[in-house]
Amino acid sequence: MKCVIAGGNVKVLGRAVHSLSRIGDELYLEPTEGGLSLRAVNSSRSAFASFLFAPLFFQLYEPGSTGPDTELFRCKVHMKSFLGIFRSLPSLEKSVGKCLILLKPRASRLVLQLHCKYGVTKTHNLAFQECERLQAVFDTQRCASRLCAPARVLAEAVVHFPLTLAEVTLGTGPGGKIGLRNYVEEEAGESCRVRGLPPTLGCPSAPHPPRFPPPELSKTMVTELWLAEDEFQSVAMAPGSHITFCLKEFRGLLSFAEASNLPLTIHFDEPGRPVIFTLDDTVLEVHLVLATLSDLESNSQSPSTNGVSHLPAPSDDFPDDLESYMVAMETSEGGLEGPPSPTFPLRTPRPAESQPEEEEEEEEEGAVPGTPPHKKFRSLFFGSVMTPGRPGPATSQEVLAEDSDGES
Amino acid sequence: MRFRAKIVDLACLNHFSRIINTIAKLAKTCILRLTVCKLYFILSDKVANGGASMWCELSQGNFFDEFQMEGVAAEHNEIYLELVPENLSRALKTAQNAKAVKIKLTNKHCPCLSVAVELPSLSSSSRIVTHDIPVGVIPRRMWNDFREPSVPDFDVSIYLPALKTMKSVVERMKNLSNLIVIEANLSGEMNLKIETDLVAVTTHFKDLGNPPWASEDGCESNTQDRDLESMAEACIDIKKLLQLLAGQQVNPTKALCNIVHKRIVHFILLHEEVSLQYFIPAIA
Repeated sequence: MKCVIAGGNVKVLGRAVHSLSRIGDELYLEPTEGGLSLRAVNSSRSAFASFLFAPLFFQLYEPGSTGPDTELFRCKVHMKSFLGIFRSLPSLEKSVGKCLILLKPRASRLVLQLHCKYGVTKTHNLAFQECERLQAVFDTQRCASRLCAPARVLAEAVVHFPLTLAEVTLGTGPGGKIGLRNYVEEEAGESCRVRGLPPTLGCPSAPHPPRFPPPELSKTMVTELWLAEDEFQSVAMAPGSHITFCLKEFRGLLSFAEASNLPLTIHFDEPGRPVIFTLDDTVLEVHLVLATLSDLESNSQSPSTNGVSHLPAPSDDFPDDLESYMVAMETSEGGLEGPPSPTFPLRTPRPAESQPEEEEEEEEEGAVPGTPPHKKFRSLFFGSVMTPGRPGPATSQEVLAEDSDGES
Repeated sequence: MRFRAKIVDLACLNHFSRIINTIAKLAKTCILRLTVCKLYFILSDKVANGGASMWCELSQGNFFDEFQMEGVAAEHNEIYLELVPENLSRALKTAQNAKAVKIKLTNKHCPCLSVAVELPSLSSSSRIVTHDIPVGVIPRRMWNDFREPSVPDFDVSIYLPALKTMKSVVERMKNLSNLIVIEANLSGEMNLKIETDLVAVTTHFKDLGNPPWASEDGCESNTQDRDLESMAEACIDIKKLLQLLAGQQVNPTKALCNIVHKRIVHFILLHEEVSLQYFIPAIA
């Protein structure tokens, strides 16, 4: 494979790599007739991103020869090495005129050559590994809801949430407003954020960490933002729909979208089914697929209580009734403990059933790995031969059955 | 018990945010005391705070366009809340071009200070961001723990040098030592000293001026008889001093410190609408 990227597009490629670096540790390169695809997946298989650069994006694009029996060569490289080449975007813009990417399968090297100002040429030889095709299973057509907004609106919305925040819930509210709210794990009687530990290789999952009664103030701050429908370019959302996903990976895509000034489309369905973010351009197609939290209670709860698990309605009149709280406090013995009054329902998410769909152009082999129960963000959409996912960094419930085939 | 307040003026909002940022640098958790006229941020000198304590007082009228509060009872018309100032600081951080900010005491899933920020947007309706900051309500029987500290019987009172200068000196000293000695005399001289096995560094400040203190009973203060050249000193934790200096985002109108020899250093920083007192005990 050989391709040349010229001028301003080098910076676009650099930004794409930065976005992908927020997802995973390895960058997958796949040249196709339709263009060069760069992909990444995170270690828990709960986030997948792909950037497809059409042939028009390049000054020169030769995906390589394909015979009737040979496939186009694809490989993966260490994200850190690739990112290092595009580390400083301002200097890319200032000094790099052209970027040449050359895949030499027989020499086992991926060559990246930056032609810079003043006749300076920087050549990077990266080691790569051959790999299977990395493809997430998703279909935007099957999503019930869709939102499209300029990236700027979403960036301005997301800025109110702290950088360390993991999950955020996006949903509809009254008046047709669309809201974002940080997702807080709450269990009845205790309100601390518990982050489970991902199990180490070969060991059974860590038992549920011991809970110490938390002081009042370990409860997290809850931030909520409401956007009017007319801030979006298009809205097609079922009323009462909502999904919860990881903000960290989304931010990476958002900064790319903002810089490219492209509108971002969000496709989603029920909680538990993946959310798909897309950016479309004449020369570029970007997909980010994130697993979402599923609602355990939404099936078993009666319809009247079902609404509680959705985003609470925005209201100007917060209940001001601290009187009863104060009475309870004054009469309680010692300490600052008030009566526990959680209004969030006990929500213990359970992953939705795995329904991998095979798409025609997929080339997966092998059976779909068994679905370990009780994992939060799970890979719902990988049917490839890659090793099955491990629980993500979010809270892990007590795992009743550990991975039968962990990575060796 | 109710509390509602609103800020619409951007300059007031900015100023209030800066104060909260300063408090957030000094204390991980602190007490917010609300009265009809004033707000107080209090850190009491418990062991958990390393013995340092803070008292910050502001007049609500200088910041809020609306301010209504009803205390726990008619004869105790005050509210004491325990909160993490960093949360409040974060909530206000992205409100810099807000149309209005409303703060309310609410009881959603627990007592919260709800900050609702109304932001301008290109659409017909504004964007509303709400932050629910969990707070702890302090019962009346514990209010005595948070009384205003009295000015100690100091040996020397002196104006501080430019805080920026002082901060850059102390920052570099922090790399060398955990403890710093502040000494000053009534001739307007102050020294900051550190001493380790390998090195001793002293920075001298002159002509700082000593504030005149009138004693309560009309007599001259007990510093009158003191030798003007003699230094009063205290050895304190350098990190605490740096927290105070680093948190200052605006130059105060007046900045001074009172030193009780080998006991405690009492810093007073006065701005137009807010006063901040910070006590750092001496380490033996």
